[in-house]
Amino acid sequence: MKRYSAFAVAREAVRYHSGWERAWRKVEPKKRYDVIIVGAGGHGLATAYYLGKNFGITNVAVIEKGWLGGGNTGRNTTIIRSNYLQDPSAAIYEKARSLYETLSQDLNYNIMFSPRGVMMLAQTEHEIRGYRRTAHANRLQGVDTQFIGPARVKELCPIIELKGPRYPVLGALWQPRGGTARHDAVAWGYARACSDMGMDIIQKCEVTAVRQSGGKVTGVTTTKGDIDCDKLGIVVAGHSGVLAEMAGFRLPIESVALQALVSEPIKPVMDVVVMANTVHGYMSQSDKGEMVIGGGADGYNNYTQRGSFHHVEETVRALIETFPMISRLKMLRWWGGIVDMTGDRSPILSKTPLENCFINCGWGTGGFKAIPGSGWGMAELVAKGHSPLTAEFGLNRFREGRFIDESVAAGVAH
Amino acid sequence: MLLLTCPYCGVDAEETELHAGGEAHLKRFGPGASDEDFTAYLFHRENPKGVHFERWRHANGCGKWFHAARCTNTLEVFGTYKAQTTEPPKDLLDTIRAKRPGFRWRDLA
Repeated sequence: MKRYSAFAVAREAVRYHSGWERAWRKVEPKKRYDVIIVGAGGHGLATAYYLGKNFGITNVAVIEKGWLGGGNTGRNTTIIRSNYLQDPSAAIYEKARSLYETLSQDLNYNIMFSPRGVMMLAQTEHEIRGYRRTAHANRLQGVDTQFIGPARVKELCPIIELKGPRYPVLGALWQPRGGTARHDAVAWGYARACSDMGMDIIQKCEVTAVRQSGGKVTGVTTTKGDIDCDKLGIVVAGHSGVLAEMAGFRLPIESVALQALVSEPIKPVMDVVVMANTVHGYMSQSDKGEMVIGGGADGYNNYTQRGSFHHVEETVRALIETFPMISRLKMLRWWGGIVDMTGDRSPILSKTPLENCFINCGWGTGGFKAIPGSGWGMAELVAKGHSPLTAEFGLNRFREGRFIDESVAAGVAH
Repeated sequence: MLLLTCPYCGVDAEETELHAGGEAHLKRFGPGASDEDFTAYLFHRENPKGVHFERWRHANGCGKWFHAARCTNTLEVFGTYKAQTTEPPKDLLDTIRAKRPGFRWRDLA
């Protein structure tokens, strides 16, 4: 693999950019791999990457039904933060956030991580108390957050209307090292690094069955034939239920649509990420100038990857109250993704009833921010059978009543 | 946008008039149940990519709970029926079998 550098750009500039090579090899599947990861989104590719980097396991295939990073990795609002209440959540999300800091250098691929700061607005008395509690918890967990007052909110984001008629801004939970990154680049960067380690990334290859014998996984059947493996990692987000059914176990997960939209591009107006959880809306401005807007998830099971009108209306209506200046903006694009929701709104990184089959799912509405940490923990789980990062996120936590209850902590989808 | 016909008041209600209530025909387990049954009742849900049976409430209308059969992949609605039953009516199942041969939902087929 040729390294990307300023020198490479200069070299290619003088020869009409004829020397760039494929970022990852185009391959047909081999007969057998040590590990097969199903799902070439951010989490799947990160899992493969850290399997190779941390554990030297490089006989790995990443199988993707569609195209690389075409699911939720390419459909999120690119927000990165780790201001969670519960210790296991804070640990894995903070691991991810800290890995994001140097990911561009690690991968030799510019993922455009921008630690511009994330602000979660407190617009009710209840939220003030909740976020103060989170800030205290974060201090104990070593996550850098603080509760700030309305004056500081206005200073950080001048376009906010503090005295909204329904929900005035009373303060905010501020994480200065949170921010955004280029979501596609995260998938592409991991894919390029995986391919460089000799891993096979196989796109347009749908898994149709999980083969097993004697309670152990032996391989998968795909639209490109049978592929054998010692270990199988299922990292397919919204379609986890479909894969789990093939593997013969059930998941405490329901798949729903979550949607987002961007406005037409405008000049820079806000350089932080703002989340308003009471009214269900969050917004940041992309480098292209578009206002990137996300809202709540639909309330019913859905695999259509489409949004519904009234949710967009609700989100935009709420945001206009807090950001009156966006009321004249035109919407440019609008899309939906299928998110896998667990009861406690925390992910599942776990062994499964099928031996040597591991699952990483349930990231729900907040998976992008966790990609490096999730891959780090999942790789350790697959390689060694246990990982301190994922220990609390097992499937059996539901049966045993050990929830990692971020749904109550956040009060909303997060 | 989803349109469901309320089987009580007969109104073709659109999504904003309704409240989604999750999986239909759950068998309830309580004290004395095995751990497996209780876990499954509390947490495990059908999550099909295809035919699904759900509970809905006509929240901004007559206020009553009812059932709907719907495809989660196309949002096609096969029909709605009243809440006072533990399984979908036979004629609705026949409609679904005709439209989606080979569908499976729990032990229904």
